Amino acid sequence: MSAPVIVAQGVSKRFVTHRQRATSLKERIVTRRSVTDGEFWALRDLDVSIGAGETVGLIGPNGAGKSTTLKILAGILRPTTGQVEVHGRIASLLELGAGFNGELTGRENIFLNAALLGLSRREVTVLLDSIIAFSEQEQRIDDPVKHYSSGEYVKLAFSIAVHVDPEVLLVDEVLAVGDEAFQRKCLAKIEEFQQAGKTILLVTHSLDLVERLCTRGIVVDKGRVQYDGDPAFAVGTLRKILGTDKEEGAPEEQTPTGGAFIHGAVISAQPGGPRAERLKAGEAAHVRIDIEVLAGAATVPTSVAAVVMGAGDIPIFSMRTADAQALPASPGRYLVDFRVERLPPLNGGFVLATQVDDPVTGQLVAVRRFDDAVWVESGTAPGLLDVATQATVQQR
Amino acid sequence: MATPAVSSAVSSQRARAQRTLRWELLSQLVRKDLKIKYQGSALGFTWSLANPLLMMGIYYLIFGVVLSNGIPGFAIYIMCGLLPWMAFSAAVAAASGSVLGNAGLVKKVRFPLEVLPLSAVGYALVHFVLQLGVLVVVSFVYRQDISPAFLLLVPATALLVLFATALSYLVAALNVRYRDTAHVVEIALMVWFWLNPVLYQSTLVKGHLQGLFWLYFLNPMATVVTTFQRAIFVKDTYVDSTGATRHILADPGYLFYARNLAIGFAIAGLAFYLARRVFVRLQADFAEEL
Repeated sequence: MSAPVIVAQGVSKRFVTHRQRATSLKERIVTRRSVTDGEFWALRDLDVSIGAGETVGLIGPNGAGKSTTLKILAGILRPTTGQVEVHGRIASLLELGAGFNGELTGRENIFLNAALLGLSRREVTVLLDSIIAFSEQEQRIDDPVKHYSSGEYVKLAFSIAVHVDPEVLLVDEVLAVGDEAFQRKCLAKIEEFQQAGKTILLVTHSLDLVERLCTRGIVVDKGRVQYDGDPAFAVGTLRKILGTDKEEGAPEEQTPTGGAFIHGAVISAQPGGPRAERLKAGEAAHVRIDIEVLAGAATVPTSVAAVVMGAGDIPIFSMRTADAQALPASPGRYLVDFRVERLPPLNGGFVLATQVDDPVTGQLVAVRRFDDAVWVESGTAPGLLDVATQATVQQR
Repeated sequence: MATPAVSSAVSSQRARAQRTLRWELLSQLVRKDLKIKYQGSALGFTWSLANPLLMMGIYYLIFGVVLSNGIPGFAIYIMCGLLPWMAFSAAVAAASGSVLGNAGLVKKVRFPLEVLPLSAVGYALVHFVLQLGVLVVVSFVYRQDISPAFLLLVPATALLVLFATALSYLVAALNVRYRDTAHVVEIALMVWFWLNPVLYQSTLVKGHLQGLFWLYFLNPMATVVTTFQRAIFVKDTYVDSTGATRHILADPGYLFYARNLAIGFAIAGLAFYLARRVFVRLQADFAEEL
């Protein structure tokens, strides 16, 4: 990671709920200092360091503290504790068109809004044509913006904002605006920013966008950072928090009979090797599951299965012992080894879900999930599947 | 590594660029307010003369005609005090709601917040300059000469702006936390109006206070008003209904005004320093308190 552009250390933010705050002189005099029982912490001990050129997706449920984080980084809110350092010109798009005045024309609003965002008059004059062209409002630019449709309004606002040319861009859920064509333009602009090495911090509920655009994902919930790292895994973590990782109306989970206990499961590069931190797509991997068959268990014989799941607990592929290799019924510790010939070309963090069951009756004996992810880096080949292909070259 | 000389040159350049940006933003905001106010109005700026003229007309009828105070050219006398006072009270009253009224902006955009109260002052100032121009022309026609006293308008206006800015900072910041501020300001301005010799002669106060007359000028606005009267108004004496000769102006000379202006600038300067500190200190919490 290059030199950090944004550094937040131990940042917490406490809000005093509005009712409790003495907002009038009378209250202030009568109650002296306001009672502090109506407070809540929107953010607790945030430690984040973001390097130049990173595109960070800040995600979390509603009320998790995302916008508060952004406002603190933007310098709009003062943290209750902790410190924030931001190097370079920062532009925050917390709300598109926040400085617009409906009575003014689009052109007049460009000058006003750009001045608020820190552009000089000379810069705006130079950029004016480009701003109008990007906003696609050439026909309406001299109409008061109160007559604009909400889409047109937001297009103009976004156009001004991206022309500010900041080194750090903070965006709060504003990309999902305009029609699809304009959205595409917005994304292209963001990608242009990325290529120019700008730092982008994005708050969004559009999780696909995070996976597509971001180089890093930070999950915030209840004011605390829950996960910071790979965007795909961040999205999975959030889906688990939200409970959207499971499909609606999924069948009730079976209760395992408990005839066996899964002590551990490890993905490694070598057979029986130590747990791998990172693996490469297309290479072989080995899964070893350590199982104890307990005495006095009713259900035998049993089969061992493992599912490798990606972000959001999406099953990627699974493996199962062959019929001939059922787990012996006699009590004792057993090691089950799987060999994965080629890891699929998927980038991200993967978790392992293991189970011991009876393949005939479908009765579960034991299940266990291993969340310490293994990271798989995809190669250069795009695609979901690694399908065996053969190539021949011949002269026509 | 940059030498200190180079880096300080760069940072001073940056500071200058920042200042320019602030002024540009300020002018944009004032322009916006003016545009919105006079958009689609046929008479436009002329309306800004209507209010003081109407007030002057009423005061003239009551004090000049009904109570017949006998001051010659009373209409111009009223305007000398009324215009700076109205500019001052308009600036401070507008400033008190300037941060609160832009809550949407303050909560969503990072920009130098002090432009908000400053734009209230700027907006009032634009009208003031316009009205003053008309007054100067009218009074020139009336007195038929160019007096060096007109030059007093410069320091008097500067004092007006400095003091109005100071109070604007203060009330804008306080009103965010204590929403009563705007109401207090409104009432205070109504009372304060009578502490300035707009509709009466300051010499009447002098008669009461005697040697303590300087106390009256601890109110910088009294200095502004009397200096404006000295600058524009021509006659110092008149004969009242009892046949006694009375002075209209606080003092016919210049030294008196120089001294009062010095006191006024000292007070307004201190007020500016303190009020701006209050504003800068409180502004970090504006977004939260709104």
